[in-house]
Amino acid sequence: MPKVKVPRKNVSLDMTAMCDVAFLLLTFFILTTSFKPEEPVVVDTPTSVSETKLPDKNILLISIDKGGRIFFSVDEPDTRKAALQSMSAKYGVKFTDDESNEFANLPSIGLPIQNLKEYLSLSTFDRTKYVQPGIPVDSLNNQLSDWVLYSRSVNNRLTIAIKGDQESNYEISSKVISCLQDQNINKFHFVTGLEANPNKKKKN
Amino acid sequence: MADIDASGGGKQKGNKKRSKKQSTKVDMTPMVDLGFLLITFFMLTTTFSKPQSMDVVMPDKSKDKNKQNQDVKASHTISMVLGDDNKVYWWQGIKENGVDPVVTATDYSPKGLRKVLLQKVAEIPKLVVVIKAKKKAKYKNIVDVLDEMSICEVPTYAIVDITPDDIKLTDKK
Repeated sequence: MPKVKVPRKNVSLDMTAMCDVAFLLLTFFILTTSFKPEEPVVVDTPTSVSETKLPDKNILLISIDKGGRIFFSVDEPDTRKAALQSMSAKYGVKFTDDESNEFANLPSIGLPIQNLKEYLSLSTFDRTKYVQPGIPVDSLNNQLSDWVLYSRSVNNRLTIAIKGDQESNYEISSKVISCLQDQNINKFHFVTGLEANPNKKKKN
Repeated sequence: MADIDASGGGKQKGNKKRSKKQSTKVDMTPMVDLGFLLITFFMLTTTFSKPQSMDVVMPDKSKDKNKQNQDVKASHTISMVLGDDNKVYWWQGIKENGVDPVVTATDYSPKGLRKVLLQKVAEIPKLVVVIKAKKKAKYKNIVDVLDEMSICEVPTYAIVDITPDDIKLTDKK
């Protein structure tokens, strides 16, 4: 009888330790992950040798897509909400509390403030289909400049980043840049992909 | 009944202990599987989420005379005009006595622009590069040029607005 029992015992392996490690790592990765915010447009960024990382918080991101449309986003919901209030006061577009709360949850916008009310009334699914025309930056109707101005007046620790598509014309980016320069913002970031630095290769 | 209890008592105790030991062991394989699956997922999402960025500093536009920079020798400057079709035009100095500077066209490859810049950086220690972009230049071009500036370690460079004269000069080419 005992001879039969012995081989049965050896089959099962103690996995507790392995399980412990797996879940330890899992917790670590869950805590460190921050998800990419959803973007309304696909922007194919050019590559550069620069290795500076963007900060995690307080980013004011201006995206320019292939067709030259401009999108604006701020990662702090409170700043976004406050900026919307100032914008609605300036352009005379009234927003209800529900609408401004809804706006605070939006990742980014790319449409004139006059159309924003209509956009906010859409369901989440319909919004993905809605084609946003981009924020106007004409000299007569420079809403982007106002968005930047009001966001910065609420939160002065904002880092300004420009994320342009590599195929977009420089004309649009120069408009955005001059709009920033008019507000005395001379230091900002271009969001880029990574590329190997030829100098480093030589040194190594 | 009593008989059975009495006879099997010792053995049953042993059996009970064994059965208890067996019940404490849970098969953890699916749990570990799930754990590692999630780890892989989170690892992949973390590494790709952080964007790279490039610092850009623009010259101050303010008209305050006290803040303006000192003058630079014209021969120590290189003007670069980013044109369409991924071409870049450059020349050294400015228009002197009505004679236009020699404009050269090149491209963004290591053999084109980088070669020129490395040579000029070695020649002129106080080199100033002025970058101007035409309307049809791509955004990629300006990032490429800024990249070359940092690769070639150009001491001073700036992005400025293009003038009609620059457009005239490069259109001839």
